[in-house]
Amino acid sequence: MATSPKLDAKIPKGEIDQKWSKYRSTVHLVNPANKRSLEVIIVGSGLAGASAAASLAEMGYKVKVFCFQDSPRRAHSIAAQGGINAAKNYQNDGDSVYRLFYDTIKGGDYRSREGNVHRLAEVSGNIIDQCVAQGVPFAREYGGVLSNRSFGGTQVQRTFYAAGQTGQQLLLGAYSALQRQVGMGAVKLYARHEMLDVVNIDGKCRGIIARDVITGKLERHFGHAVLIASGGYGNVFYLSTNAMGSNVTAAWKAHKKGAFFGNPCYTQIHPTCIPVSGDHQSKLTLMSESLRNDGRIWVPKKAGDTRKASEIPEEERDYYLERRYPAFGNLVPRDVASRAAKERCDAGFGVGASKLAVYLDFSANMMRYGQIEANKQNIHNPSKEKIRELGMGVVKEKYGNLFDMYKQITGEDPYEIPMRIYPAVHYTMGGLWVDYNLMTTVPGLYALGEANFSDHGANRLGASALMQGLADGYFVIPYTIGDYLSEEIRTKAIPTDHEAFVKAEAEVQERINKLMTIKGTKSVDHFHKQLGKIMWEKCGMARNAAGLKQAIEEIKKLREEFWKDVRVTGEANEFNPELEKAGRVADFLELGELMCMDALNRNESCGGHFREEYQTEEGEAKRDDDNFAYVAAWENKGNNAWELHKEELIFENIKIAARSYK
Amino acid sequence: MSHGNMNLTLKVWKQKNKDAKGALETYQVKGISPDMSFLEMFDVLNEQLITEGKDPIAFDHDCREGICGMCSMFINGRPHGPVKGVTTCQLHMRSFKDGDTIVVEPWRSAAFPVVKDLAVDRSAFDRVIAAGGFVSVNTGNAKDANNILINKDDADDAFNAAACIGCGACVATCKNGSAMLFVSAKVSQLALLPQGQIEKEARVLSMVGQMDDEGFGACSVTGACEIECPKGISLENIARMNREYLGANIKSKH
Repeated sequence: MATSPKLDAKIPKGEIDQKWSKYRSTVHLVNPANKRSLEVIIVGSGLAGASAAASLAEMGYKVKVFCFQDSPRRAHSIAAQGGINAAKNYQNDGDSVYRLFYDTIKGGDYRSREGNVHRLAEVSGNIIDQCVAQGVPFAREYGGVLSNRSFGGTQVQRTFYAAGQTGQQLLLGAYSALQRQVGMGAVKLYARHEMLDVVNIDGKCRGIIARDVITGKLERHFGHAVLIASGGYGNVFYLSTNAMGSNVTAAWKAHKKGAFFGNPCYTQIHPTCIPVSGDHQSKLTLMSESLRNDGRIWVPKKAGDTRKASEIPEEERDYYLERRYPAFGNLVPRDVASRAAKERCDAGFGVGASKLAVYLDFSANMMRYGQIEANKQNIHNPSKEKIRELGMGVVKEKYGNLFDMYKQITGEDPYEIPMRIYPAVHYTMGGLWVDYNLMTTVPGLYALGEANFSDHGANRLGASALMQGLADGYFVIPYTIGDYLSEEIRTKAIPTDHEAFVKAEAEVQERINKLMTIKGTKSVDHFHKQLGKIMWEKCGMARNAAGLKQAIEEIKKLREEFWKDVRVTGEANEFNPELEKAGRVADFLELGELMCMDALNRNESCGGHFREEYQTEEGEAKRDDDNFAYVAAWENKGNNAWELHKEELIFENIKIAARSYK
Repeated sequence: MSHGNMNLTLKVWKQKNKDAKGALETYQVKGISPDMSFLEMFDVLNEQLITEGKDPIAFDHDCREGICGMCSMFINGRPHGPVKGVTTCQLHMRSFKDGDTIVVEPWRSAAFPVVKDLAVDRSAFDRVIAAGGFVSVNTGNAKDANNILINKDDADDAFNAAACIGCGACVATCKNGSAMLFVSAKVSQLALLPQGQIEKEARVLSMVGQMDDEGFGACSVTGACEIECPKGISLENIARMNREYLGANIKSKH
């Protein structure tokens, strides 16, 4: 297989551990005086967007940041719970840059680029240093040093955390750095603004069209470069752990203006979420993967067992992850754990009213911690109750906010009875195709964080999303953008009355007018829910060719119906959340089709992409490296037609092998 | 679309925009399940309004798991409603009874103008952070993280202060519309950590100055903010900020 001539990943030559350092020392620079006249637009204010904005502004670039929320601090990175990986080896347990690199490639089922992933592992340690310097209050040990825990798919403890609120603390760190630049006037902030198109001039990206969601006014903004850091597209499934506002619109507009979309079918279904309780549900809530450090997953050994968890004796419980994967146990990667839960539930062993749930049980480790604590406190012959009480204290300190959240949502106390959990859509590994510089196929248009496809292959390891978002923003883009902007120092700011801006704005306006004038009979949510149902059933945890073909037809039909029968209330020139939603769902209705096409094209199973036709006898994903060791990059040809381009994945440092966690 | 068996009367603040005059409007919702969140109940109401061809109620919300700080409903006279320690999105209908009448208003404060219906403009908070809620450290300047040792208790206290989600419930509940709990949480977090020491005087003066400029009221230590804070941010932070402020003020006059 040869890589398409349209895709040049621009991976630097040389040894894997020299590529990035050599690149950094030789990449073109922009002198401070020139930086002052170069403008950069950043769409999205999560970890990737905020960290990029702060860093680029510190360097002297003129930066504009756009977010649809009322404040950049609301970006959905805020909700990440468990932690952030870094190859610090503070635990003296054999960690290294190479090991993080290896774990990530293997975790992604050998479908990511070696060059990018190694760079990610290299800068991981700097991220922790930077965040600590900003005052991010990570968990610490009594001696004052940083604390670590384990996440799935690794055998070392390299995850840094702040209770179950790591994303919040990291985002507030990046947000503070961003606000510092806003205060100094180096960044201009456009909150409650939604990007609705990119503007290309002479083959380069030169700006965006944004809508002020309060007044409904469309605005034109010029930039020498535009960075899309708008997150993932999990909300195409309607129900997911994403925020209600999380959407694909910015990335999709970029795609329609020439940026190829990479691996759209790679979706992460997270194994530990609170199960669906009814058809009123608007979103699903994650229970952090960190809980699998201390929670054991099980179902009854007997199918259809209706006894309460506490009434099922130890020997009648099936700890199926520990049984199937003794080497990694409850800490297998997410795709593996999710599929195993689905397998048990499909076979009739599920628990709870819906039977679509498994237990996540803390009792054994609560007792273990209690005993350790009793020893520490010199309590001899403690009663069982005392041990439990002490253990509960330890668990509370580690996961208190998660337990509270669980109780609030389900009305059950997880300190007393095991949590019930089930997989849910959580993250999308696919995204805009980018080269080593994080540039899309449109010069001057970049994608960072979850919005790009780059580092996680077909499955992301836990605690690596925060790492990638901050790596891209703090330590990658500040260097790689120079490679492009150094050639742009003679480009004067283009006035926004340029015909390309006028035309793009007119197109956006026309689409809004169209949405407002359909005045159909069904709400936007109605269509979103229908789409979600199709996607979850036919392009979710398990997929097959027949189902995907069906899904494509169903989505086409639904899209047609949407454009005939959607009802958008209110006016275009006011604060109108229904209109915002309508635009986003319209984009999801196009993306959904592409995801199914990609899933149908990939005749193999890998990571989060599980095609039922391609599995081993034990039900594990069966890759086809001869035919599918490539990135699928889709070029938009207009009118919902796409052309596939392939980027061959070359493994020079890691031997590509069957992925085993047994 | 029936989900459950609770029927409720809602009196909801409707206001077209910042400059328009608002009023409470009455709505009936039926078939509400106790497992729904308060916002999901609003989803049901809005779906009903859209079906009837009426304008749905605008409200802010995003993560719906209690961490983004965007949701902001003043329910029966209390920010985020009757349950302690939760945001509106984490308030569930099992906290109400069939037949209840529930009054829902936006945050009310001079510094938080209404955008539409239940959505308000809280950008004043962003400007307070921009005035000094940070450590001035550019990317790339940091030394190895474990070179800064921090006493675990201090780290925990800093974390507890940093847990603030910036929702503004403290301002909404305060009879003076004071933002002291919000501002003091950030001042405290950084004052408790070695990284924050170098700028601590400039920080507190600047942030408090900005807070006053934004039109937030004075603090009379009634403690309502602490009670209503969904994240349990402690009043101690205000005491700490007052101490920092006093110290910085004295120093700056010499």
